[in-house]
Amino acid sequence: MKMDLKRIDEIVCRHERSEESLLAILQDFQREFSYIPKEGIQRLSEIFDVPESRLYAMGTFYKSLSLVPRGRHTIKVCTGTACYLKGERLILEAIERGLDIDCGDTTEDMRFTIETVNCLGTCAMAPVMVVDDEYYGQTRPSEIMVSLEKYK
Amino acid sequence: MDLISSIDDFMLYRDHLESLRGAIPSVYICFGTGCQANGASQVADTFKRVIEERGLEMQVDIGFKTTGCHGFCENGPLVSLKPGNTLYLRVKPGDVSEIVEKSIAGHELVERLLYRDIRTDEIIADYNEIPFYKYQKRIALRNIGEIDPTSIDDYILRDGYLALTKALRMSPSDVISEIEASGLRGRGGAGFPTGRKWRSCRAVESDVRYVICNGDEGDPGAFMDRSTMEGDPHAVIEGMIIGAYAVGAHQGYIYVRDEYPIAIHNIQMAIDSAMAKGFLGKNIMGNGFDFTIKIIRGGGAFVCGESSALMRSIAGRIGEPRSKYIRSVERGLYDKPTVLNNVETWANIPEIIKSGAEWYRQSGTEASSGTKVFSIVGKVINTGLIEVPMGITLRELIYTIGGGIPNGKKFKAVQTGGPSGGCIPESLLDLSVDFDGLTEVGSMMGSGGMIVMDEESCMVDVAKYFTAFLVEESCGRCTPCRDGLPRMLDILTDITDGRGEEGDIELLEELCDALRWGSLCGLGTSAANPVFSTIRYFRDEYEQHIRNKKCPAGICRKLIIYRIDENACTGCHECAKKCPYQCVSGEMKEPHVIDVHACVRCGICKDVCKFDAVAVE
Repeated sequence: MKMDLKRIDEIVCRHERSEESLLAILQDFQREFSYIPKEGIQRLSEIFDVPESRLYAMGTFYKSLSLVPRGRHTIKVCTGTACYLKGERLILEAIERGLDIDCGDTTEDMRFTIETVNCLGTCAMAPVMVVDDEYYGQTRPSEIMVSLEKYK
Repeated sequence: MDLISSIDDFMLYRDHLESLRGAIPSVYICFGTGCQANGASQVADTFKRVIEERGLEMQVDIGFKTTGCHGFCENGPLVSLKPGNTLYLRVKPGDVSEIVEKSIAGHELVERLLYRDIRTDEIIADYNEIPFYKYQKRIALRNIGEIDPTSIDDYILRDGYLALTKALRMSPSDVISEIEASGLRGRGGAGFPTGRKWRSCRAVESDVRYVICNGDEGDPGAFMDRSTMEGDPHAVIEGMIIGAYAVGAHQGYIYVRDEYPIAIHNIQMAIDSAMAKGFLGKNIMGNGFDFTIKIIRGGGAFVCGESSALMRSIAGRIGEPRSKYIRSVERGLYDKPTVLNNVETWANIPEIIKSGAEWYRQSGTEASSGTKVFSIVGKVINTGLIEVPMGITLRELIYTIGGGIPNGKKFKAVQTGGPSGGCIPESLLDLSVDFDGLTEVGSMMGSGGMIVMDEESCMVDVAKYFTAFLVEESCGRCTPCRDGLPRMLDILTDITDGRGEEGDIELLEELCDALRWGSLCGLGTSAANPVFSTIRYFRDEYEQHIRNKKCPAGICRKLIIYRIDENACTGCHECAKKCPYQCVSGEMKEPHVIDVHACVRCGICKDVCKFDAVAVE
């Protein structure tokens, strides 16, 4: 995939020229490209005069950042304590089984990435799954795959 | 009036707002994340449309607001009507016309949407009378649900920024004295006296100081801070301005989890409008004091809730904690004196300054004054967000406010203090909830997550769950935390898989000690609590797993089997159709059988069975 360097610069320009912006820029990369492209790290390293290794360290340290492209839709299964108590593991397994990938991976057709999230704070709806920005509460292992059908 | 350039200006502006306020009937819709996820925005859209149509017809004004989280999340979407505080629960777009017709145009209530007490069958309309609200005392949450969080005028009308005008007329040292006298202790969990923290920061010679708001709420099952940032962002900002004035800081940071988009949005709006009004910026209300706030979005690393890790993260580095023989109040962010407080602590500040330390001390206990916000979740009827005076008992919290355990199940334990807190058994339910009481029994206050567990929760598996969480979130710096936790997880996994041996419990206890003494930061030193407290109070459950290879709660997969009760099974064949491993067999209308050797205990058969015929043994 050819990376559009102009889009990278546009994102960088939205932020203050301070090291405090590094994490925010990486997050914006993640949002825009669904991962942190190598070109983005090189550009940031040039502009901010920080070593690439430090940016890679951030890219691997922070959970919301990924160095490989993620799918078109991100499924987040909440593994917070309330969801855990109400059987989140069976939900996650049903999705892994249904999509035939492990949590953290992306389907070959780039349709879905499965992730877990520590807590979404919607404990009243536990167990909760979020696909992109849409919440699914009181999910059940036998019905979970049906909810995913509409995402293409 | 745009920029408020003096305290007199502010008072005039307040009077002006007051004069515009009319007593029109108003609809308040909870727009907390929970209610929104349940469809509150569709309800709001329908209200807007119906109000526009009917309002014109009736020639009356009907007020309409979307608010922050009301706390009663179990029953969302929530709609309240003013005047009168009527609260409607689980409102659907289809209910809207009826509510407008009966309760706004007329004076009738829509009974089926009101709260019904499941024990007494009593119907309660005024939410202040619902047990869930009645026993609360809301200081930090004072405005949430009562204002539109994106409107600075709403906040000012609830005495917002009044405390700031008072603080600016006091000397910084007097402001600190007031906070010291209030006895306020840090609400992030450790309970360090806030006033003392401020005083030490001010005492350090430096040209630059910082104040930080820690909104990196990472504890699973806790959403107090998110609700505050979403529902009343100005309270946090006002608290920070007062704090900055007291310690002499000119730059503040709010560090928020990136998973909280509404919180980030509302805080940014609040900062912008506070800038426009002149509560932030240069020469605040003509006092000569300058202060600005910047938002930093977290990157989803639990350890960044730890103060020194958070400061590194702000500086654009990875969030690794440092050892704290020099404290942050001396050398914190960029090695400058820094005060870091939690969201809830900051939200308390304006009320303490406005009403005084004496007033604040009236709530709570001698050593833990004031109130505390808890999110009460898990196996409890009223899941939600509450604020209660310190010193309340766990029993009152869980049974009176939380409504008890659903489905007639038996209470087993309550877990407080987040992943590194502890599990408290039934015998200690009359424990006073305050900083010292919880620490004494091997748990901690933490940020205020309170997770209720019933007889169907396996305490060994719970310990394993939290340990797995901490393994994932350990930054890897200190050996006991990096290597000890995975080792503990191995042992716990062995126990839950039926491979436990005599001596495992003792080995776990030893590792707990190593963690406690050999880690730098709060995460590591307290990471043993879940294991330690479950062994302390539920040792017999560990022993059952190890000696009898049994999981009494029916959770640990390798120790349970799914079986179909032949008397209850109607032979509908649904489970056989849905089983992903084709291990259920049987003729139509005849009882079915699960092949226990092929079964992986995925739970699908139990989930689809309409006759409750699948049992776990």
